[in-house]
Amino acid sequence: MPRNREAVFRTGPLSRGPVRGLLAALFWLAVWQLAAVAVGEELLVPPPLTVARTLGGLMGSLPFWQAAGASLLRIGAGFAAAVAAGGLLAALTVRFRAADLLISPLLRTIRAIPVASFIILLLVWVRTDILPAAAAFLMVMPVVWGNVEKGFRSVDGSLLEMARVFRFGTARTLTRVRIPSVMPYFLSACTTGLGLAWKSGIAAEVIARPLLSIGKELQDAKVYLETAEMFAWTLVVAVLSLLLEKLLVSAARRFGRRWGAAGDTTA
Amino acid sequence: MAIRLIDVDFTYRGDGGEREILRRFSLTLPERGIVCLSGPSGCGKTTLLRLLAGLEEPEGGRIEGLAGLRPAMVFQEDRLLPWCSALENVALAAGGDSPKETVARWLRMVELEGAEALPPAQLSGGMKRRVAIARALASPAELLLLDEPFTGLDRPLWSRIARRLAPQGSDRHKEQGGDRLVVAVTHLADEAEALSARRIVLDGPPLAVAEIV
Repeated sequence: MPRNREAVFRTGPLSRGPVRGLLAALFWLAVWQLAAVAVGEELLVPPPLTVARTLGGLMGSLPFWQAAGASLLRIGAGFAAAVAAGGLLAALTVRFRAADLLISPLLRTIRAIPVASFIILLLVWVRTDILPAAAAFLMVMPVVWGNVEKGFRSVDGSLLEMARVFRFGTARTLTRVRIPSVMPYFLSACTTGLGLAWKSGIAAEVIARPLLSIGKELQDAKVYLETAEMFAWTLVVAVLSLLLEKLLVSAARRFGRRWGAAGDTTA
Repeated sequence: MAIRLIDVDFTYRGDGGEREILRRFSLTLPERGIVCLSGPSGCGKTTLLRLLAGLEEPEGGRIEGLAGLRPAMVFQEDRLLPWCSALENVALAAGGDSPKETVARWLRMVELEGAEALPPAQLSGGMKRRVAIARALASPAELLLLDEPFTGLDRPLWSRIARRLAPQGSDRHKEQGGDRLVVAVTHLADEAEALSARRIVLDGPPLAVAEIV
């Protein structure tokens, strides 16, 4: 009997990803519904249907899309700047000893500071509409730097020797040996960094409350005890995060193939 | 101009201590043709090739005749770029402007037709070895250094490749007037014979010429 049950999961309809995903989602929706019924107070735990209705209402309004779009742009800009700066700093710290001595301890320190500390400090220094981008930048940049630096330092010395013997020259050694070697580390940093950027960016928005932002909407919903709206915005944050991650992973795969990056992307 | 090693000293230094490989070692290599180096494992043959490739610097003495000489090498390990196809690996050594057909010819010479688009991960050990040989042959090098090039190849196969490598059988040598010097490290006398090569038997360390056959 256990073998038959196993077979249903391995080869039956349950073996397919989307079906399994849908069943899991239905299970947790049922748990949520039961919890809402058990608590019996919409202010504390609104049922899924109420949240869905609220979300539908929100999605029908222009400010919803404006807030979501502005948050995406803001946090995306911070993420992109962090990727560029992290990659550049990694190249500098690998190439120049002085840069390594100066920059590496600073970036390691930044990496150890919690996001809340950054947000509070940044509130003093930067405009509220820039703060989420700055928080995302500070969270992601050291991660990209650390991974890419590790990638540069892990380039196979025997391949560099081969490139030297065959007179590849600096440019071809960079494009055909070093960059493809670093690419898995870089792509891994981007995937990890995107999640970090999104979470720290939304946290910064909640605290700084810039106009047109998911964070401000979340905070307002909390202030006015609109629990269903809080749930709806939280769902939006989660769905956008998953979508962005999927998009990035697929882009990274294509980019990795183009650059010929080999191996897994775990740094 | 012939390559001359004159009183060359070389010592490896590492955490495990020092290991003297060459002490006042002298050898003159011919200007062209194939020379096979053989000798016991660890005697310093690979170090000698690395010195000729410019990957190591002599600590004493000097090497004459290397200036301006372009090397190519078949390393003991294949050292192929894992993210490039077999053809791309060879093309990179041949130079960016080499026509695809010319590059593919080198792969055919080592009997790898049909494997051009495959990355090293999809090649067997012997196929990777042959790509490494094709890469060295495709390079416009005047000095070809082969470190145990036939490792992992079965006898009939390496015999055929060796015959094509030998000056009288090599189209390239005919094209270039035989102006290439090939220095090959081999363990077996019949490999040297197949290459129609002069054979230098070495001993060491420190490296010394035991016999020239």
